[in-house]
Amino acid sequence: MELVVADLAVSRGGLPLLDALSFTLGAGKALVLRGPNGSGKTTLLRTVAGLQPALRGTISCPPDQMAYGAHADGLKSTLTVAENLRFWASIHGRSGVRPAMAAMNLSDLAGRQAQNLSAGQKRRLALARLMVTGRWLWVLDEPTVSLDAASVGLFADVVRVHLAAGGAALLATHIDLGLPEATVLDLTPFKAAIPAGEGFDDAFTGAFDEAFL
Amino acid sequence: MIALLNRDLRLAFRAGGGFGLGLGFFLILAVLVPLGVGPDQTTLGLIAPGILWVGALLACLLSLDRLFALDFEDGSLDLLATSPIPLEGVVATKALAHWLTTCLPLALAAPVLGILLNLPGPAYGALIASLLIGTPALSIIGAFGAALTVGLKRGGLLLSLLVLPLYVPTLVFGAQTVTRAAQGLDQTTPLLLLGGITAGAVALLPFAAAFALRVNLR
Amino acid sequence: MASLWEYANPVKFMKVSRWLTPVTALLAAATVGVGLIWGFFFTPDDFRQGSTVKIMFLHVPAALMAINAWAMMLVTSLIWLIRRHHVSALAAKAAGPIGATMTLIALFTGAIWGQPMWGTWWVWDPRLTSFLILFLFYLGYIALWSAIEDPDTAADLTSVLCLVGSVFAVLSRYAAIFWNQGLHQGASLSLAPGTRMDWAYKAPLYISMTGFGLLFLALVLAGTRTEIRNRRIKALMIRERANA
Repeated sequence: MELVVADLAVSRGGLPLLDALSFTLGAGKALVLRGPNGSGKTTLLRTVAGLQPALRGTISCPPDQMAYGAHADGLKSTLTVAENLRFWASIHGRSGVRPAMAAMNLSDLAGRQAQNLSAGQKRRLALARLMVTGRWLWVLDEPTVSLDAASVGLFADVVRVHLAAGGAALLATHIDLGLPEATVLDLTPFKAAIPAGEGFDDAFTGAFDEAFL
Repeated sequence: MIALLNRDLRLAFRAGGGFGLGLGFFLILAVLVPLGVGPDQTTLGLIAPGILWVGALLACLLSLDRLFALDFEDGSLDLLATSPIPLEGVVATKALAHWLTTCLPLALAAPVLGILLNLPGPAYGALIASLLIGTPALSIIGAFGAALTVGLKRGGLLLSLLVLPLYVPTLVFGAQTVTRAAQGLDQTTPLLLLGGITAGAVALLPFAAAFALRVNLR
Repeated sequence: MASLWEYANPVKFMKVSRWLTPVTALLAAATVGVGLIWGFFFTPDDFRQGSTVKIMFLHVPAALMAINAWAMMLVTSLIWLIRRHHVSALAAKAAGPIGATMTLIALFTGAIWGQPMWGTWWVWDPRLTSFLILFLFYLGYIALWSAIEDPDTAADLTSVLCLVGSVFAVLSRYAAIFWNQGLHQGASLSLAPGTRMDWAYKAPLYISMTGFGLLFLALVLAGTRTEIRNRRIKALMIRERANA
């Protein structure tokens, strides 16, 4: 199983951000996307995950093989750790949340409501959620925000286990993830050019958004 | 989808007040109207079907703007959109959860309020029947409106403006059922039409609402 | 019909509408003028309803356009959803306030028409009630356009609202008729039942109706031009921000 992205162009709010982006991500590999803020990392991940349509290009892997994780972690504050995980597990037709809790050091907190967790614990819970989905491609946006060094190490271990089992990870971040073996892809060369020109016709016949920018 | 239903029901109960809010509002309305209109029993009895139905309608509206907004804000909607459940199923399940926690209690409590408003005897059965059959339409239409306004910060008022005109057919046929029962007339026509609207809405609106959610998630 | 799709290109549309709008406006003014002046001043009084019935030369065309405007919004919304032509979506957006105004005119003139008959300014007869509900649908549609910032998202959401609203508007019409059946006054806005409209009334009425149609067309063309310009401003501002 692999993810092949070919000649992808993504946009946000009508503005093209990235263009002619191509990469391949095979099983067992991790790819880290780098770029300054606003360069389109989040938009790219959301497009790959199927939440936004691409402007152009192809994504070989359908969204139902991916587990998407972003800053908004989808955790309900009045549900406990175990309840949150069990919910997502059954949504994805799986059972058994104990291995995930153990891997992220959350077993002791199984009965605690999510609103009573620290920021770092919540982040670990969000990562545990990825494990219970059982999907092979993890698409992660800034996964280690608010994690301390020890937890970053935990996260890296979890990713390694996932990769060893045949999974893959596509991550966007601008901090060190502790995954020296991951390939890094810098997005700056793929920045989309905004069509120049100020004329009346240009605004309507620009290449990107049919007739309007 | 059962998991989603259970989660939403559990969240509703733990939110504390989400469950009783609609009922409380309904009760307040049943007290305010006589205070505004006057205690004359005949008058109250005449307008009781309409008041009860309008009250149920407004009470339904109360919890609608949080239907998708909470999941939208904490990222759950993104995750549900990429989950194995189709978005149409998510819409239908959340509308069902809304119906169970908001509309069903209203339907069951309505006869008590009917006593307050001097609803004529023959109408009580029709009241419960019409509310049970008609309120699912209110939930699913409300879900459609909530899907349209999910991305807006102060979407509640706009939601009401969008949804209340869509409620008109259900309101008319529902209230007419009760009124005709009160007058001893045959109620099958409005009841059947009410059921038809509910059936059509439940079958078709999840698709429209899912479309709106996808647009808002872009 | 295939050539109509050329006007989905905003540039082509702006070019053609530049001369078409004033021409249509002029035609509309002339037709409406002829229709109304003929109808008000050169027709005999109705033997039953006197001279106030002549308000129908305003009411009927306005009511007709109120419904046609919504039908046009429905068609242009569908075109947007299926073929993603921006001009179509913006034409629907422009038509909203115009249709709402037509509905208001229909409501006011309806009240004026009925007042001598009913002795009061408003009665919940099926026709007026349906138009009042239609007005609420228009309000919701216009409000949704204003509330959403991203233009394409707004176009998508208002289009699906128009679709769903159309179904419920039709249902409401039947509901209003059903709801009104208990009313015994039987007063409704038309000439006395059983009479057929004399040609003396029909001619100015049809001219008025045509005139209102042209008026609607002129207003929609002008409104769409404005919306296209607004949309272009937004696009240019985005581009400027990105290049800064």
